[in-house]
Amino acid sequence: MDKMRRMGKRVETGMGALFFLCGVLTILFVALITVFLLASGIPAIQKIGLFDFLLGSVWASTAAEPSYGILPFLLTSVYGTFGAILAGTPIGLLCAVFLAKMAPEKAGTAVRGAVDLLAGIPSVVYGLVGMIVVVPFVRDAFGLPDGANLLSAIVVLAVMILPSVISVSETVLRAVPKEYEEASLALGATWTETVFGVVVPAAKSGIATAVILGVGRAVGEAMAVMMVSGNVANMPKLFGSVRFLTTAVASEMSYSSGLQRQVLFSIALVLFLFILAVNLILNLIVRRGERNE
Amino acid sequence: MKKVITAVMALALFAGAAAGCGTGSGQEAKSAEAESSRTVSTDGSTSMEKVIGLLSEAYMEANSGVKVTYNPTGSSAGIQAVSEGRCDIGLASRDLKEDEAENLDGTVVAIDGIGMIVNPENPVEDLSIEQIGKIYTGEISNWADLGGNDAPIVCIGREAASGTRDGFEEVTGTKDACNYAQELTSTGDVIQTVSGNPNAIGYASVAALNDSVKALDIEGVAPTADTIQSGAYKIQRNFVLVTKKDTPLSEEAQAFFDFVTGGEADDLITEAGAVPIKR
Repeated sequence: MDKMRRMGKRVETGMGALFFLCGVLTILFVALITVFLLASGIPAIQKIGLFDFLLGSVWASTAAEPSYGILPFLLTSVYGTFGAILAGTPIGLLCAVFLAKMAPEKAGTAVRGAVDLLAGIPSVVYGLVGMIVVVPFVRDAFGLPDGANLLSAIVVLAVMILPSVISVSETVLRAVPKEYEEASLALGATWTETVFGVVVPAAKSGIATAVILGVGRAVGEAMAVMMVSGNVANMPKLFGSVRFLTTAVASEMSYSSGLQRQVLFSIALVLFLFILAVNLILNLIVRRGERNE
Repeated sequence: MKKVITAVMALALFAGAAAGCGTGSGQEAKSAEAESSRTVSTDGSTSMEKVIGLLSEAYMEANSGVKVTYNPTGSSAGIQAVSEGRCDIGLASRDLKEDEAENLDGTVVAIDGIGMIVNPENPVEDLSIEQIGKIYTGEISNWADLGGNDAPIVCIGREAASGTRDGFEEVTGTKDACNYAQELTSTGDVIQTVSGNPNAIGYASVAALNDSVKALDIEGVAPTADTIQSGAYKIQRNFVLVTKKDTPLSEEAQAFFDFVTGGEADDLITEAGAVPIKR
């Protein structure tokens, strides 16, 4: 009996150590990536100068006199993400409201299934559909010579962020205490007034989380936008061919050499810091939300 | 205290992993050394994938026991790899630059024609190299100026480091001056985009062309094997094998090199869509 108990204890400690190890591994991966990006990204920035790198508006990595300004990519990523959020959030939020508060059971199941499916579609498929459907549509609809531009990228990104916006928003909307709704209804408000005047405001920090998650998804997307945005290093214009931070790295990495390659690592570092900032904001919002409760 | 322990554990693990990596790669290096006498490693141009793939397959079939490897990294990377001794033969879809030619030899193994493609609906059939240069720099921006429809020209190209783009800009004299509407990352993407846009013009390896796009004549010459080989079709580039000047190739690598450049592989080169050189 005593022996068995000791055995059990040993297994318990062993398993504990294993779980701890897995936890440490995760930290290790993050640390490795951070160290690697810093080490390989900083030299090129030093060589070019932070100012010329971040605010230079000309990218000509293979020219006789190369120029490595990434402002076009930075602005494109910011505008593209902003546009996608602007277009995607209202649709996503209203869809979440429908799912959480208004949907009849059957319709809810169907919509939720579709949202899950949308989340599972690989980004290259989004890109392909964008290239064959959205790009020609944008070209014809606006009478442009070519449809591969920022707008097409925004349309594709807006659809891609829907699943994260919808599923997180739905969860937080459901988490709003029933008493709030009942109190509002008892005061004579209609159901719609209750949802938009009481439930949605009560869930606003959670909805902000959903939006930030969408930002993260949009900023980091490479494959799909590469296929619909034209991929030329212009300063961003809604109807102009543009290149994102992610695609700047992806499209030149396989061929690059020397300083050009180092600069691509620097772009990756900028992208990493971008995502890091997004996550920090996310944490801040979540923490403040917890404190308010 | 807990934090300190965590940090120490993480560090220890990290050190262990790093050490593990070190010994691992050491062993690999050793076994690779033992095997290198039986392996011919090539490294470089992605445009040469088809050619080198067919050649090495045929060679390995005829010489069992020898392994030909191919690492598709791009022309510049391949040249760098051979100069650093990381591979036996470098592959470049462009001629060597002056500074590269100091220590390296380039041997042309095949020629690749670069086709100028437009949408099949486009009535334009023939352009001069000068006209193409003007199109891509933006001087000519409407198809009407070239005898086509009154529609803006959409210039489709490849990403900055592509060998095809390098070859195209070299021939048309538009180095770093092109005004692209789209820079795509593969030959297939270019063909797909041009086939989908009636106003587009693009360039792609002749070997890769299909019926969804129309290849233009250049100064009255259509891109065919004969015209590319004779040089009558002007937009073309060389596929080059790059070797070190001062170090001789290993026996296996030399045998493969002779097989590829000796003329007996010409049929395979044709089969791969490129054009053998004139002998």
